[in-house]
Amino acid sequence: MAIFPKSWTTPRVELDKASKIWLTIASFAIPLLLWSLVSYVPFLWHPDIKVTDPGNVSYFREGTLVKKEIFEREVDKRLAIKGENPANIPQGIPANPVYLPAPHEVALAMYTAFTTPPKRFNEPWLHQSLWHSVQIIFWGFFWSMVFGVPLGILAGTYDSASRIIEPFTEFFRYLPAPAFGALAVAILGIYDAPKIAIIFIGTFFQMVLIVATTTRKLNMALVEAALTLGCKGKSLIRRVILPGVLPDLFRDMRILLGWAWTYLIVAELIGTSSGITWFITQQARYKNFDNVFAAILMIGILGIVTDMILAKLGKRMFPWHNAG
Amino acid sequence: MTETTMNIENAHPLDKWVTPEIAARNDRIEIRPVALEIKQLHKSFEHKGKVNKVLNGIDFTTHKREFICVVGPSGCGKSTLARLVAGLEQKESGHILVEGKEVTEPGPDRGMVFQSYSLFPWMSVKQNVMFGLTQAGMARNTAEAEALQWIDLVGLSKFVDAYPHQLSGGMKQRVAIIRALANQPKILLMDEPFAALDPKNRLKMQQYLLEIWRNIDITIFFITHDLDEAIYLADRILVLDANPGRVKEVVKVPLPRPRADDTLLTEEFLATKAYLESLVHPPETEEEESMEDKLSMVRMVPVNAEVPDIY
Ligand SMILES: Nc1ncnc2c1ncn2[C@@H]1O[C@H](COP(=O)(O)OP(=O)(O)OP(=O)(O)O)[C@@H](O)[C@H]1O
Ligand SMILES: [Mg+2]
Repeated sequence: MAIFPKSWTTPRVELDKASKIWLTIASFAIPLLLWSLVSYVPFLWHPDIKVTDPGNVSYFREGTLVKKEIFEREVDKRLAIKGENPANIPQGIPANPVYLPAPHEVALAMYTAFTTPPKRFNEPWLHQSLWHSVQIIFWGFFWSMVFGVPLGILAGTYDSASRIIEPFTEFFRYLPAPAFGALAVAILGIYDAPKIAIIFIGTFFQMVLIVATTTRKLNMALVEAALTLGCKGKSLIRRVILPGVLPDLFRDMRILLGWAWTYLIVAELIGTSSGITWFITQQARYKNFDNVFAAILMIGILGIVTDMILAKLGKRMFPWHNAG
Repeated sequence: MTETTMNIENAHPLDKWVTPEIAARNDRIEIRPVALEIKQLHKSFEHKGKVNKVLNGIDFTTHKREFICVVGPSGCGKSTLARLVAGLEQKESGHILVEGKEVTEPGPDRGMVFQSYSLFPWMSVKQNVMFGLTQAGMARNTAEAEALQWIDLVGLSKFVDAYPHQLSGGMKQRVAIIRALANQPKILLMDEPFAALDPKNRLKMQQYLLEIWRNIDITIFFITHDLDEAIYLADRILVLDANPGRVKEVVKVPLPRPRADDTLLTEEFLATKAYLESLVHPPETEEEESMEDKLSMVRMVPVNAEVPDIY
């Protein structure tokens, strides 16, 4: 009856090490397996036909992808003619549309995308585009933190600050950041500044509210203990509230940083397209969808690696947190 | 309760245990300067428009270096009273004077120890104890030296650099106590500080506390619901009445100082306990009736045939 080990189905119990590793691997292996199945098993999906021999169909070329119905119609047309030369009948193999490259093609593209020089000499290499994106994220998020964290902590500490800060923030966070694109360009020009502004708008308002909520969750007993020890006002914030919420703040920032990446794509489209988004749109235009996938995966890898580093760092910096 | 106590009218039932030495000590306490004075203190909480009167005209005075325990039924406002003295709650009306000065906000002259240990989890034991000292502007080195002395006093020298999550409940509470005491407050407010400890550790902590109290200049205001604890520790016990909280009686504990290890078994101790019991839990309450209802319900539950009766 037990399909899974008991520890897998016990609520909120830490798994053994082997299970953890297996499940983590499976977490990536399952989507990859599905993708591989669809890509390599010819009878799964494969809505198109890749022409291997165009026969005498005038608009078929070797290697072109055509819809299955169209291909079959052409074949049927020729089969209907008695004594038709078999060489005139087109040949082909089932294929997936161009926008779903197989895993190995994407894997190859991951490598070649970096080694292929840009089409025009003044265009950036892929690693330059990526680096540009990272900088946009960094500065947008940096300015968000510079203003968002102090405001959030204030709002979480003083009810008065909460009343003056939070209602407007709550309203503003419903305004979609991309909607400010045109405005940002008009004010800040067409280069990086409006892009940084979009990241800022996309994360700042959420950040204030999340930091305020986190701050409010700090155990009141700690604040009261500090008060009875003669600590109040600015030094209360500096010595008790800030260090007390720091581990949770750190976790909040990790989550918000993920959001910053989602705003990146919109941000990079406004003004002059740039960074990884420029690369993606460029490659999509040339129908190099393997490169598009590779770029998307790179964003994912960059994101998860940053997050893993930050998580490790967090454990290092806050050893007391969630212990005991 | 013995026959004699029932028969004597007017005289206080505990009077007969007050030896001349105890009486003399009580007199000595009363001529000391006043440490804390509470006058006609009222406090209500408002919840969804309904006003809940919690403290109704509390009058109480303690003298310097007195050990006061506060007992009373649950919800009678013991914690609220301590928090008012600490300045963590705002009073509705009345006065709270600490050495003659009106209490308006929390301050280092009134230390507080909570039941939940409330140590700063990101600070080591030493840093926790130093917290109030550096806050008051003491130089780091001096504060550190002083903190180490305090830590040594409660036998935690091995744990100076440990973090709170590495300590047991009793150890945490010792740190919390010395963290408050290092500030040299005039009054130490303690809200059921040992309630979460097992009996053995609790007794040890009580002895620690008495030893510390004997050696430094401090008035202790100790809240508990454990009558044994209150009698063992206190010079006087403030008994509060519930709904709304009023002073029911202030009981002078008729036990000599220092308290002997076997104090808890003496006749005077048991008599004091019986008397307090009658104050705190007057016979026949509604709660007891509702308990009876529950008991009869339990009997209706089917019983495992292998064990038909637990008696
Ligand atoms: N912040 C608050 N807001 C509203 N009501 C409160 C608040 N704090 C306490 N009360 C109410 O005041 C009354 C007294 O509470 P308090 O905690 O002082 O009792 P207590 O004597 O310490 O009880 P216990 O022995 O259970 O600790 C209770 O009825 C409680 O509901
Ligand atoms: Mg209480």
